[in-house]
Amino acid sequence: MWDYTDKVKEHFLKPRNVGTIENADGIGEVGSLACGDALTLYLKLDGNKILDAKFQTFGCASAIASSSALTEMIKGKNIDEARKITNDDIADFLGGLPKEKMHCSVLGRDALEKAISHYLGEEEKKVEGEVVCECFGVTDLEIKRAVTENKLTSIEDVTNYVKAGGGCEKCHDDIQAIIDEILEKEPSVKKKPAKLTNIQKIKLIGETLEREIQPALEQDGGSIELVDVDGNLVMVKLCGACATCAMSQLTLKDYVESKLRELVAPELIVEEVK
Amino acid sequence: MRVIYTDNNATTQVAKPVLDEMIPFYHELYGNPSSMHNFGGQVAKKTAEARQKIAALINADPSEIVLTSCGTESDNTAIRAAITSNPDKKHIVTTRVEHPAVKNLYEHLAKRGYRVTFVPVDRKGILDLDYLYDSLTDDTAVVSVMWANNESGVIFPIEEISREVSDRGIVFHTDAVQAVGKIDIDVKKTGIDMLSFSGHKIHAPKGIGVLYVRKGTKFSPFMIGGHQEKGRRGGTENVPSIIGLGKACELVGEQLEEENTRVRALRDKLETELLKRITDADINGVKDNRLPNTTSIGFGYVEGEAILLMMNEFGICASSGSACTSGSLEPSHVLRAMGVPFTSAHGSIRFSLSVYNTEEEVDYIIEKMPPIIERLREMSPFWKQAQEGKLKN
Repeated sequence: MWDYTDKVKEHFLKPRNVGTIENADGIGEVGSLACGDALTLYLKLDGNKILDAKFQTFGCASAIASSSALTEMIKGKNIDEARKITNDDIADFLGGLPKEKMHCSVLGRDALEKAISHYLGEEEKKVEGEVVCECFGVTDLEIKRAVTENKLTSIEDVTNYVKAGGGCEKCHDDIQAIIDEILEKEPSVKKKPAKLTNIQKIKLIGETLEREIQPALEQDGGSIELVDVDGNLVMVKLCGACATCAMSQLTLKDYVESKLRELVAPELIVEEVK
Repeated sequence: MRVIYTDNNATTQVAKPVLDEMIPFYHELYGNPSSMHNFGGQVAKKTAEARQKIAALINADPSEIVLTSCGTESDNTAIRAAITSNPDKKHIVTTRVEHPAVKNLYEHLAKRGYRVTFVPVDRKGILDLDYLYDSLTDDTAVVSVMWANNESGVIFPIEEISREVSDRGIVFHTDAVQAVGKIDIDVKKTGIDMLSFSGHKIHAPKGIGVLYVRKGTKFSPFMIGGHQEKGRRGGTENVPSIIGLGKACELVGEQLEEENTRVRALRDKLETELLKRITDADINGVKDNRLPNTTSIGFGYVEGEAILLMMNEFGICASSGSACTSGSLEPSHVLRAMGVPFTSAHGSIRFSLSVYNTEEEVDYIIEKMPPIIERLREMSPFWKQAQEGKLKN
């Protein structure tokens, strides 16, 4: 069960401003049935001032609560003030949202932007940038904006905020590239450790085998020896009980390789030499 | 607040008689069944009796029962044992609608050099048997097919499939976690080599699982340690849970008829009445040949998490196949494999009853659901569009 704040629950169970506005001055429609959430925002304006706001939402509790919160936040504000509202402001208004649900607040911000543009007669922005996530139709520009504005550092974060990467996962490499590109520019964020030199890598593999892996194998009466390292290929010899164990291939791949990948470098491949 | 529990495919209440039998084994009869003294030996006798009851439920021999910590451990043990005893075979088969305990293990093995076939199902959740049989080759190490699906409740013809597979000399495993205790199972009538089930789905506690291993099946343990379970699963026995599971197996055996008559009638009433009162609602899965306690209903144009949380306000517990309940963004892999359209996949609710549900509870759900769906539909931008035939999606 999600850890929703009381305010989220309250705005979900008793949402404010549900419905439509006849002859609305601005309408913003975002999301789709396939995506699992969608919001239509209706605005009534007098000049620069938002007199009334109503919404219709298809989605989970946090999508409904975010929509309700958004309408409460913008009523009575002028357009310039409303435009400054970020998705974080919507989440804050609700006392916070679970991070997996942050995309619900982004939905609210996007609907607000669209409704204001519609009112001002600004041309509907063409989809700018290139679609990175085909499943949810998210572009590189949207991902860049989410990463920059919310200081996101992982693919998981990006998925939580703009949904990109939450479907077939084929775009994960592209999303990572966008994150890396932005983090490179941002000196305050810690960079990934520099690549290991060959000597460092071999030394670290040797140490990891000795310190982490050998003791575990010894418990089963087995043992392991490092034979050679060629690029990312780590050649090892299994001795003792491991040499004759039917499970040794599983041990090698599931345990030795994953341990080395975790502690040394993710691209390592472990192979047994007899 | 009053709780109406219709989420029994997720977990069940430990039955009172089960709990009563377990309690002495926590404090008074705490001996280790492996000990040489009588104090431990008396416990060994009781666990042996429990093992007999567990075996009897599926008509197995007590020596064919390996006790584990959960259904997932049983599934992992079975599939890994099958591939370890067939080290030269690199092809493994399962379905697209398995529980994550099997599905994710197969995906894990796929990354480690195994060729994996995921057999599809149709719109009604029925397995494509020709696809399954056509995929089998001399290189196939194991076929694992669930007996009944946890979301749709659809039952697969395991007796037939297991015979077809084992006749070809291929190991056959079934995840029967949802089937055991709900339908009659007799392993002797099948070609099953290994079968998994779990205690907490049949009114025994969480933390106990069963793996049936047919006599003569090549086996290698997953959990290596002491001589327990005849060397097939190391680790001191979870004595109170084994005792509890024995009692639970006896009880569900006796209640099997009630499950298939009274509980089935309650389930039928629930879905018939909900479909009568709520438009744009469909059952996910074939209507006959389904577990007697399960119904998965897709409510169009509304979202599952929102439905569940409104039901929660009335104390009604159920599950959803919606994306938002799991933290993922797509509806359940089962509903997607069945091709359930997004319009209703996101709004799918699974009710799973047990012998402890009453007609009065079902009537309560029938009364509370229509206004919940109506309220959410009034909020949904798609509902009106759909009514007016204007929906683009």
